[in-house]
Amino acid sequence: MSTKTKTLTKQEAFFEYLVRLADDRLILGHRLSEWCGHGPILEEDIALANVALDNIGHAASLYEYAAEVEGEDRHRDDIVYFRNDPEYKNLKMVELPKGDFGFTIARQFLFSAFSFFLYQGLAKADDEQFSGMAEKHLKEIKYHLRHSREWVLRLGDGTDESHQRMQDAFDGIWTFTGELFYMDEVDELLIDEGLGIDTSVFREDWKNLVTDVLEEATVTVPDFDQYMAEGGRKGLHTEHLGHLLAEMQHLRRSYPDAVWE
Amino acid sequence: MSTTTTTYSKKEIWRWLQEVTDPEIPVLNVVEMGIARDVTIDEEKIIIKITPTYSGCPAMSAIEKEIKVKLAEKGVENFEVKKDFSETWTTDWMTEEAKAKLKDYGIAPPGKTTADDDFLKSLKSTKVIPCPYCESLDTELQSEFGSTACKAQYYCHDCDEPFEHFKCI
Repeated sequence: MSTKTKTLTKQEAFFEYLVRLADDRLILGHRLSEWCGHGPILEEDIALANVALDNIGHAASLYEYAAEVEGEDRHRDDIVYFRNDPEYKNLKMVELPKGDFGFTIARQFLFSAFSFFLYQGLAKADDEQFSGMAEKHLKEIKYHLRHSREWVLRLGDGTDESHQRMQDAFDGIWTFTGELFYMDEVDELLIDEGLGIDTSVFREDWKNLVTDVLEEATVTVPDFDQYMAEGGRKGLHTEHLGHLLAEMQHLRRSYPDAVWE
Repeated sequence: MSTTTTTYSKKEIWRWLQEVTDPEIPVLNVVEMGIARDVTIDEEKIIIKITPTYSGCPAMSAIEKEIKVKLAEKGVENFEVKKDFSETWTTDWMTEEAKAKLKDYGIAPPGKTTADDDFLKSLKSTKVIPCPYCESLDTELQSEFGSTACKAQYYCHDCDEPFEHFKCI
């Protein structure tokens, strides 16, 4: 058996990079959309639906650009609806079930804080369309970070029950946070090309922000050096992704020619 | 014989674009909003560049469609509406008149944007937004997210009215 690996071209790497970013946002957006009609209060129902919409919007523009970079005349919807779970490259963190409101907020805060630093870098990428997109998404990510941070504080430093739920949420998701900083040959190639970001450069900033907020919320910060789960970027997922995709893709696959309007 | 693109002037196209309003904020048109960015006319076609306000804004596809309908109505045949991300939409592009119209409509208009660097520090504070009805500063943020992606929900403690604020981005 040959172990020779194919050398990745810049175009292939860029496509993969855009799809990874898009997959994270699509799957998270889908999880958030599950709150629609189930939010704890009206304002939060609206807020989570808005954040879902932003994430799906970010994914849509990233997929569209990925399809353009690929140059094979695929529509963004083909990428979304006709790939199976091993072909999805999202982080495991975003595919986990929505859990209670505390869990949704904990995930949103950790992911938004990461995205904030990542997109500050991407907004300087050496590609006008991509950096413009990142700059635009960054504006919205700031609102997501502001929103989720405030809920972490309110619930963490709230009643005994809300405190316990926030603590459980962070303890439960912690093993999935290491993957945020996963990098492989795709990242390495694009960092050299000025298109990708070396996430290790802002890892300390992310840790500091997370630590500050959790401490203010009286939540015990779990161990950053504990065992961390990986695999999402290679298409190895939890069992939850398959169920999500089945629901999301069912209509399009059953009626491939269906259109809105 | 069909008309050629060069029979149209840029000024004319811009005037027609002003007739296309934002479906969610009908007092504003797509030019005042800063959504329509550029018009170019060459022999083959007219290209209208638009830039989205919010990534997930459902009004964007409606706006794109309305621009197409408007130009078709005016008899323009060869045109393309192109989405462009190279410039990032900001509320700073809204004209002063547009902001005044928003206020009259009951939406507190956006202020001037500030630099990104201070964002992390600014997390610990909230901006005071004056009530569009009674100008009171005794208002309270109820939610960062309102009826549309671009608006936040506030409450005025003086006139006891809830109101929306067009977020500054």
